[in-house]
Amino acid sequence: MNRYSPNFTKWIFIGLVYFFAFIILILPILIVFQEAFAKGISGYLESLQEPDTISAFLLTLKVAAIAVPINTLFGFVAAFTITRFQFPGKNFILTIIDSPFAVSPVIAGLIFLLIFGRQGWMGSFMEQWDIKVVFNTPGLIIATMFITLPFVARELIPLMQSQGKEEEEAGILLGASFFQTLKKIIIPNVKWGLLYGIILCNARAMGEFGAVSVLSGHIRGQTNTLPLQIEVLYNEYNSVQAFTAASLLVFLSLLTLVVKIILEKNIHRK
Amino acid sequence: MTVFYLSLMVVIPLVGLFFSTAKIGWEGILGVFREDRIRAALFLSFYVGSISAIINMFVGFLFAWVLVRYDFFGRKIIDTLVDLPFTLPTAVAGIALTTIYSQKGWIGKLFAPYDIKIAYTPIGIIIALVFIGFPFVVRAVQPVLEDLPKELEEGAKCLGASPFTTFWRVIFPELWPSILSGTGMAFARGIGEYGSVVFISGNIPGKTEILPLLIITKLEQYEYSKATGIAVVMLIISFSIMFLINLAQNRASRRLT
Repeated sequence: MNRYSPNFTKWIFIGLVYFFAFIILILPILIVFQEAFAKGISGYLESLQEPDTISAFLLTLKVAAIAVPINTLFGFVAAFTITRFQFPGKNFILTIIDSPFAVSPVIAGLIFLLIFGRQGWMGSFMEQWDIKVVFNTPGLIIATMFITLPFVARELIPLMQSQGKEEEEAGILLGASFFQTLKKIIIPNVKWGLLYGIILCNARAMGEFGAVSVLSGHIRGQTNTLPLQIEVLYNEYNSVQAFTAASLLVFLSLLTLVVKIILEKNIHRK
Repeated sequence: MTVFYLSLMVVIPLVGLFFSTAKIGWEGILGVFREDRIRAALFLSFYVGSISAIINMFVGFLFAWVLVRYDFFGRKIIDTLVDLPFTLPTAVAGIALTTIYSQKGWIGKLFAPYDIKIAYTPIGIIIALVFIGFPFVVRAVQPVLEDLPKELEEGAKCLGASPFTTFWRVIFPELWPSILSGTGMAFARGIGEYGSVVFISGNIPGKTEILPLLIITKLEQYEYSKATGIAVVMLIISFSIMFLINLAQNRASRRLT
């Protein structure tokens, strides 16, 4: 057997993948927990009770609770429209749906600052009605909506495309109303894909940093989402608290991955 | 309704940015290039972006290859973990990487005796961008590699091609478009990346300050027009890179058929 047999290369490659996976992917998770528990479990629990961290956590939940359902609805309607109707400019719309992926989050934040800020286009209008968007919760929600807009639509479009519309047409021909078709045929068919899109959307919404950072104004206990709170704590050299807050988000992302595996199994089974 | 929501959320903001640019005019955009600090950040962003793109290409391809071609213990777990950078908030990745690669960190410690600093230097930024970017390449190449019929390779082998020739002349041309598009996406993401980089870079003006960070700095100093100028330059450059990659990809796939 010569030295360069496929078997030999195979194990080198696998070894390399293990090595990179450990260094790039696993170490960061380990370090978060090591630092979070640097002062033991009691230190961890104590950091969890920090009022600013709690309010940041609640704010993050609130932002996601508004942004995710809106984008889910949009994603569904958009995917339905794009896969079921023929109209000019379809490709253009697809490109636009994807564009939040291509725009840097910081630029996204900047754009909304320019629109809603005091000197922005709508600034005087906002002031008149006493609506504060920038450096306030609505700004955070709008920025998050922009960033997470593509997730659900992107999951659903290929799925709905591949499934075709025969089943729906049969339903309608057999006398089902549009809502019956929606409930009994369309939604069950895309159920898993839809869930998967929502989960990805949610993970991103809760973890968004760049865009939110521009718009939040960093008011502690008021407009700091969890990722921003982590930044503040870290920059104050409050390592245990920063990593404790980070560990919550690590749990979220690991949970997302687990749900993803389960959902993927279900998608494939169909 | 789709169109309405899209235009409300995406089109108006993007068009708005270009109108704001119109206000500052050509003079404003050119002014961006005149400031040394911005020029340094521009150079740095594209320099670390390109290096990390090249690393991503190799690491991403390696992962895709091993995950598709070999069956081994832990394959499923690694396959799942590749998605971690997509779901892990960038701020968390940022502080974790910084802690690992700072001079007292697990890996930083190994290099400290040789006087090599990783965190707070461009090397650190490149590491953050590899973390963020390589899954794009894996996920772009993986499905194409899976669909690649084994017969092609076996045919080549039977005709007497060496493993290297088989790879270079048979497999690689098929994969090339997907490698390009994955790398391109990683690069575009890398240029705009903020969360994971801001911690590990150390933000030394002119040395480790990247473009997105400079935008935020300018905003904090209320230099809105400068910030807008930088943003527009960034958008134009990254959109044109995406366009070029699309073009190259079209060419590559056309040559195949």
